[in-house]
Amino acid sequence: MIQAILVFNNHGKPRLVRFYQRFPEEIQQQIVRETFHLVLKRDDNICNFLEGGSLIGGPEYKLIYRHYATLYFVFCVDSSESELGILDLIQVFVETLDKCFENVCELDLIFHMDKVHYILQEVVMGGMVLETNMNEIVAQIEAQNRLEKSEGGLSAAPARAVSAVKNINLPEIPRNINIGDLNIKVPNLSQFV
Amino acid sequence: MSDIVEKTLTALPGLFLQNQSVGGPAGVKASFSSRLGGLVRGITALTSKHEEEKLIQQELSNLKATVSAPATTLKMMKECMVRLIYCEMLGYDASFGYIHAIKLAQQGNLLEKRVGYLAVSLFLHENHELLLLLVNTVVKDLQSTNLVEVCMALTIVSQIFPREMIPAVLPLIEDKLQHSKEIIRRKAVLALYKFHLIAPNQVQHIHIKFRKALCDRDVGVMAASLHIYFRMIKENPSAYKDLTGSFVTILKQVVGGKLPVDFNYHSVPAPWLQIQLLRILGLLGKDDQRTSELMYDVLDESLRRAELNHNVTYAILFECVHTVYSIYPKSELLEKAAKCIGKFVLSPKINLKYLGLKALTYVIQQDPTLALQHQMTIIECLDHPDPIIKRETLELLYRITNAQNITVIVQKMLEYLHQSKEEYIIVNLVGKIAELAEKYAPDNAWFIQTMNAVFSVGGDVMHPDIPNNFMRLLAEGFDDETEDQQLRLYAVQSYLTLLDVENVFYPQKFLQVMSWVLGEYYYLLDKDTPEEVLTKLYKLLMNASVSSETKAWLIAAVTKLTSQAHSSNIVERLIQEFTISLDTCMRQHAFELKHLRENVELMKSLLPVDKSCEDMVVDASLSFLDGFVAEELSQGAAPYKPHHQRQEEKLSQEKVLNFEPYGLSFSSSGFTGRQSPAGISLGSDISGNSAETGLKETNGLKLEGIKKLWGKEGYLPKKEGKTGDETEAPPVPQESIIMETVDQTLIKKDQCQVLTQSKEEKEKQLLASSLFVGLGSESTVNLLGKADTVSHKFRRKSKIKETKSGETTSAHNRTCSYFSSSSNATYEDGYYLDTLQDRGDKELNKLSLNSGLLDSESLTELPSVEKLSNCKLSSSPSLFTDNSMEGFQPSQSTALSVANETSLAASLLEETSEHMHSDLVEVCHNETISLSSFKIWKDDCLFMVWSVSNKSGLELESADLEIAPAENFKG
Repeated sequence: MIQAILVFNNHGKPRLVRFYQRFPEEIQQQIVRETFHLVLKRDDNICNFLEGGSLIGGPEYKLIYRHYATLYFVFCVDSSESELGILDLIQVFVETLDKCFENVCELDLIFHMDKVHYILQEVVMGGMVLETNMNEIVAQIEAQNRLEKSEGGLSAAPARAVSAVKNINLPEIPRNINIGDLNIKVPNLSQFV
Repeated sequence: MSDIVEKTLTALPGLFLQNQSVGGPAGVKASFSSRLGGLVRGITALTSKHEEEKLIQQELSNLKATVSAPATTLKMMKECMVRLIYCEMLGYDASFGYIHAIKLAQQGNLLEKRVGYLAVSLFLHENHELLLLLVNTVVKDLQSTNLVEVCMALTIVSQIFPREMIPAVLPLIEDKLQHSKEIIRRKAVLALYKFHLIAPNQVQHIHIKFRKALCDRDVGVMAASLHIYFRMIKENPSAYKDLTGSFVTILKQVVGGKLPVDFNYHSVPAPWLQIQLLRILGLLGKDDQRTSELMYDVLDESLRRAELNHNVTYAILFECVHTVYSIYPKSELLEKAAKCIGKFVLSPKINLKYLGLKALTYVIQQDPTLALQHQMTIIECLDHPDPIIKRETLELLYRITNAQNITVIVQKMLEYLHQSKEEYIIVNLVGKIAELAEKYAPDNAWFIQTMNAVFSVGGDVMHPDIPNNFMRLLAEGFDDETEDQQLRLYAVQSYLTLLDVENVFYPQKFLQVMSWVLGEYYYLLDKDTPEEVLTKLYKLLMNASVSSETKAWLIAAVTKLTSQAHSSNIVERLIQEFTISLDTCMRQHAFELKHLRENVELMKSLLPVDKSCEDMVVDASLSFLDGFVAEELSQGAAPYKPHHQRQEEKLSQEKVLNFEPYGLSFSSSGFTGRQSPAGISLGSDISGNSAETGLKETNGLKLEGIKKLWGKEGYLPKKEGKTGDETEAPPVPQESIIMETVDQTLIKKDQCQVLTQSKEEKEKQLLASSLFVGLGSESTVNLLGKADTVSHKFRRKSKIKETKSGETTSAHNRTCSYFSSSSNATYEDGYYLDTLQDRGDKELNKLSLNSGLLDSESLTELPSVEKLSNCKLSSSPSLFTDNSMEGFQPSQSTALSVANETSLAASLLEETSEHMHSDLVEVCHNETISLSSFKIWKDDCLFMVWSVSNKSGLELESADLEIAPAENFKG
């Protein structure tokens, strides 16, 4: 079972925090911090698995993480999950985000926190992997989006706003996200971090 | 930046519409017009934590005002909720919004509802009281015709749902299993799984529906049901063996590419599904040949198909290997799996290497040669920059440790230990080192030094068993008395050196061990006075950083030493110092010491030298007062009532309102767990003096196995013959009444195996040879795990009185102590063999003949067995599932009080009467010897008690007891 899914940036600012096991608020924050420090210490060229920190249950739990440009995606799982399987699940999740947001970047995660949560809900439900098929996930999200449109243009506005922002040419930063093997190049939005 | 925030705060929902203004940095600014945007910008621009906090607090108070204002529309509420979620994610308390989140989920339209549900699932937890308010909404939404609403309701149910409200939604969700949309069915399955997790008894009746889900025409639903099956099979594999065929068929279809292409991931068909299925098969096939045979084909196929070079195929391969090694072995598959492991280990990809090591660790017990093949890789991994890889490597080495490679492996572990800071890593590693050191230590110096390292690094975080075991080991010694003395002497010397070092702080536990060892074994140094060590202990006692618990240990050591040298100024000073101490415990100790010093004879008898592992019999039942009590009773004194009985009576007299439910009276429920006050005995511990017993009471208190003299009705009349020998026992420490058996000759240490490993560090090749020595070549494949085929240096003496945890051994302790007091060793041999079904009962095994001993193969190798207390035991391992067989030899020291066999048997039966037992049956006999047996059923094990008695008056030199294999037994 997946115990928690944490996304934070290179500075440890949480971008998505989802626990499937109950921890008190303070502990949740500590776990995010602890996990961040555990992950930060590690180079990019060493393995993507870690033993959970003391707060989340020690060696019984594995932290499986991927680092994409400015963001760390960390899944905390128990022994019933396959490490490599989860590693690919993270990839699926990020690719799905990319599809839904058209070139995802850290900004999307901030301004569409709710939407990211909905996408995540289609992938992992209550700690169990629900769907791993990207097309299926996207289809679900699109069904929800249609609903959104039918509800009226107002709420759709922020989405357009951000996509507009993304299309602005900020001179210094490359904006393409390349879902290659491992590295998504997310713009380095220095003013936001 | 705060001006921007303010600007955005004043601007309200209409701002969304401004987003068209695009172009240049100014446009960027303007388009972040949602208030969340403003908040985020505000936060990210801040430089200090303090400012962030201020900003968020301000934001929260604004939100608070907004959400509670009656004019706030649901749409605005939705916007507020997202901001609240953001604040909560950053760790700020937004509890005022919880109720509004629930309201939003109740009242909003679809979009608002969605936000409401999300907020609820993020804010609340299963036991939150507000959650009850949501139940109605969930029920309503589950009945909705709108698919999205149903989906949302199912999602929330699977995230958080109050356990006691499950019945309210259960039928609705069950209905959803028949829904026409597969996504609904799938979510319903997962929701039911969640119920199974939090309240298994509530979903018991729908197991049949899970089976239906498994056969669902949609793959997604089937995959979802695998979560449930994985869990249930893990809990109880035998109940689902009939499904093996189905799982195999499913896997075959998946592997064979029968699924729609949609399910492919990087052209691998449904990899996660395969992983899940392989795990399930692994669980089902474990130790079950017939079931395993069903899956050989499909596993072979999986191994063959998974050859693409993508991450996820490796995931499948890894699971395959794991499954192949979990199920009943098949050589072809094992071969292929071993090849796969090789691929993993040799892979340049670090993730795969890690998994390869993990797989190696897993299979090493079945196939040690595999480690030999990859020894060079393992050596490289030992110096890998990634600490995780290193740790996994150490784990692997831990499993292949034997007497030959112990020094190298432990050295590597200690190196790692010194680098790591994580507490749980230290605890874990320290435990392993201590275990290995105890098992395989090559010599005394090495052992003591390793343990010193363990104590100084592990300090106060390590498991308390480690120092306890260490002290017991020293106290009880091994086969050879001079060897024991040397070890003790070495320990004393090394501690004295350690204490000489200035300005070093040792962990409290380490100091405690030191003080105990110095107190017990300082005399081995053969110095006239212990002045030197007393000075050191005194210095420690005056040290402020030493905890008061440690001080108690220190003063106990001083007390012991004082008995050897009574005219010491230091002791004088110490007594003066501490008799006025504010610490009452220390004051007590100091006074005890003071008074003991005045009576040297008493002190010597109370603190005998090197008697730490002698048993101390404390007559906790105070039976020597029996006469007095009887006299008082006859003179009309009221019988003693235990505390609880008095309270009970008081309560009944007071006639207060009874708040207890009927039928739950105090006597039956409230106090059943409580023992009568007489049932306390100071457990046999390694301590041999009063100062020590005080400290060790915590682990020495034994609340069972003592006769009940005092019951609720007061004093219980004596049972004939039962209390007899107890009353005779004087309440002072006496020579151990229980003889050691089976001790002398267990297995000779093979010291020839101790390697000279000093030069081996330079080359890895050599390192490898030292690490992997003793592996594989002798083909000692042992399926029973890491068995003790290698002789242990520090083999514990088998001691009957070694009752580490008093509660488990109480029953047989009684029996054996009875043996010892009621029969004479030269005439009768009582063999008390017990077969313990339960491996958990390891505690009982301490006195067991060694596991290696009963192994038939090692039995033939070891001639020394014959010396085993003058009797030969030959038995087949199949009889004793975990090789625990115990022999008790009655003591010689006590007088022969019961001579004939019948009375012995009768009293034996009486001793064990509280357990179910069979009658005493005479198995065979002739003129001189008769053998009888009976069984005792305890909660967790079955004891076979064999008693051999000598009917003639002649002395028996030896007795051979041969136990045939189990098949013969049945007849």
